[in-house]
Amino acid sequence: MKLMRINPGQWALRLFCGLAFLFLIAPILVIIPLSFNAEPYFTFTRGMLELDPDAYSLRWYEQVIFGEQWQNAALNSLIIGVSATVLATVLGTLAALGLSSPALPWRRPLTALLISPLIVPIIISAAGMFFFYSSLSLTQTHAALILSHAALGAPFVVITVTASMAGFNRELLLAAASLGAGPARSFFRVQLPIISPGVISGALFAFAASLDEVVVVLFMGGIEQRTIPREMWSGIREEISPAILAAATFLILIAVLLLIAVELLQRPPKKTE
Amino acid sequence: MAKARTGAIMLALPLTAFILVTFIAPLGSMFMRSLYDPLVADIMPETVAALEEWDGTGLPPEQVYALAARELERAREEKTIGKLATRLNRDTSGLRSAVMRTGRGLKRAGGPPWSETLPAINAAWGEPATWQALARTGARVTPVYYLNAVDLTFGSDGGIVRQPEERRIYTALFIKTIRVSLTITLLCLAIGYPVAYLIAHSPPRLSRLLLVLVLVPFWTSLLVRTTSWIVLLQQQGVVNDLLVRFGLIPDEQRLTMIHNMTGTLVAMTHVLLPFMILPLYSVMRGIPAVQMQAAMSLGASWPRAFYRVYLPQSLPGVGAGCLLVFILAIGYYITPALVGGQSGQLISNFIAYHIQTSLNWGLAAALGCVLFVAVLLLFLLYDRVLGLDRMKLG
Repeated sequence: MKLMRINPGQWALRLFCGLAFLFLIAPILVIIPLSFNAEPYFTFTRGMLELDPDAYSLRWYEQVIFGEQWQNAALNSLIIGVSATVLATVLGTLAALGLSSPALPWRRPLTALLISPLIVPIIISAAGMFFFYSSLSLTQTHAALILSHAALGAPFVVITVTASMAGFNRELLLAAASLGAGPARSFFRVQLPIISPGVISGALFAFAASLDEVVVVLFMGGIEQRTIPREMWSGIREEISPAILAAATFLILIAVLLLIAVELLQRPPKKTE
Repeated sequence: MAKARTGAIMLALPLTAFILVTFIAPLGSMFMRSLYDPLVADIMPETVAALEEWDGTGLPPEQVYALAARELERAREEKTIGKLATRLNRDTSGLRSAVMRTGRGLKRAGGPPWSETLPAINAAWGEPATWQALARTGARVTPVYYLNAVDLTFGSDGGIVRQPEERRIYTALFIKTIRVSLTITLLCLAIGYPVAYLIAHSPPRLSRLLLVLVLVPFWTSLLVRTTSWIVLLQQQGVVNDLLVRFGLIPDEQRLTMIHNMTGTLVAMTHVLLPFMILPLYSVMRGIPAVQMQAAMSLGASWPRAFYRVYLPQSLPGVGAGCLLVFILAIGYYITPALVGGQSGQLISNFIAYHIQTSLNWGLAAALGCVLFVAVLLLFLLYDRVLGLDRMKLG
């Protein structure tokens, strides 16, 4: 900090920010040790504080990993998440290519339309989807959830791929064409490898959004479509057991992995390339 | 050039079609629901049609009574009478039991004249108000849900009147939702501004580390973060335990910090804080630190230099962050539902309640449409001031 000389003001700023970071991180960190609680409580027992090994156990992890309910939930989350992500990524990437072309008419309103699912509060989108699919008698199907999650995830892909297209040199496509490559070949061999960080981080955002989405699932999913967040929702509402803390720890782990992946992808490429 | 244009359109077309079908059509179907309610007209088509001829004063003629008796009987057989009763009761309290009793009574009732038999089964059929309610709810297109969404309704004479006192909840709820969203926005700004400042003007290595501390909660599942606050704030939770252990509060006076407005405010501020910090940070990163030094070397005190040099340049970030947090807060559902208790419920919780529990879908749709228009206006403002296409992630 060269902005000002060391003075009480600066220490006050650091102290304040220290507390703010504590506020941001502590609630997430506190989950992890509690998920190893041997007792069915949401709080630290005396034994845990005294680091008594008997106060810790893996019983909740056992329940989450081997319990049929959680296994089904994980499977549903995976099926819905992956299908929605594939759909969102393919459609979103194509659309972003179109949006980046200067020849496209009505670009601004079209961009607004395509990223609108990100902007509309989820309660409104979910209500609309519920009315729509119930009039088609398609609620309580995987298909309705996949389509809904794909619509909610596509804007992420559009945004990240459009951003990576901004740095794409279009003359490379001309070069590929002049060397005899058709449009498909030049896309897969030249363009896609260059914009792939944008495509992959968009896909990760879309997958994370689906994995975290619960309102649409609450409104439209039946027993057969229970996902991990849906299972956590009823865990919090109905029977509070530290099993949801074990599930939460897994989700934190996934979040950290996704974060690392996106950070690595968004690093500017090395100059040697 | 025409070829490039066609190519670009062809590329954008699949997603455009997809969004139109899976997103815009659902919004349209919500809008439909808020205005179009064919339930009564579908269950009692002939009665409703006959009531259109009726002048609305006194009691309708025998012919209408006969049609109503026949269609109520059919509704009972087809088991649609419950829906009809619920819908009429929403218009006029007390009609649910009147309709259900009539349905049961018709089985052993005598025959015509129905204008005597029906009132004999249930006195409600001797009241003009019941027939007016039937005529009113028989309209397929109705503004009544929008009226209800702002605490108005149709009076017995067909004029627009305020809801009875105990049903007047939505205007207060909209105001509360806006007030809570504003409070959360200001809390996020108060915490987020200094934090973004520190991150933006720290050495690169430290800055990256601090940014990770913001991004981890940003990526962590919303349900996980809400669970954390339950763990921390509940009566037997970590915060209360600490306060008791350090003797700050006696064991029997543990604080109630969850399942009320405090819970909603704390948890939502935590959830939305990264959405304030990230746009602030991306603007502040572009403000050269030397400008402050220059101002201070020219004799300005730190507060004056900050106010005159730094603050104005950071305002775009403040605007973006505040608008983003406010818009997200105004439509928030999960967190208030889980940690808000009775007093911490917002407008979205009532939308969900009417979809899942009360099954008053028309009202849910109208509340949703009102909220949607509010958010749309805010985003048009955002676009005007900052440009939607400059939105970035991470």
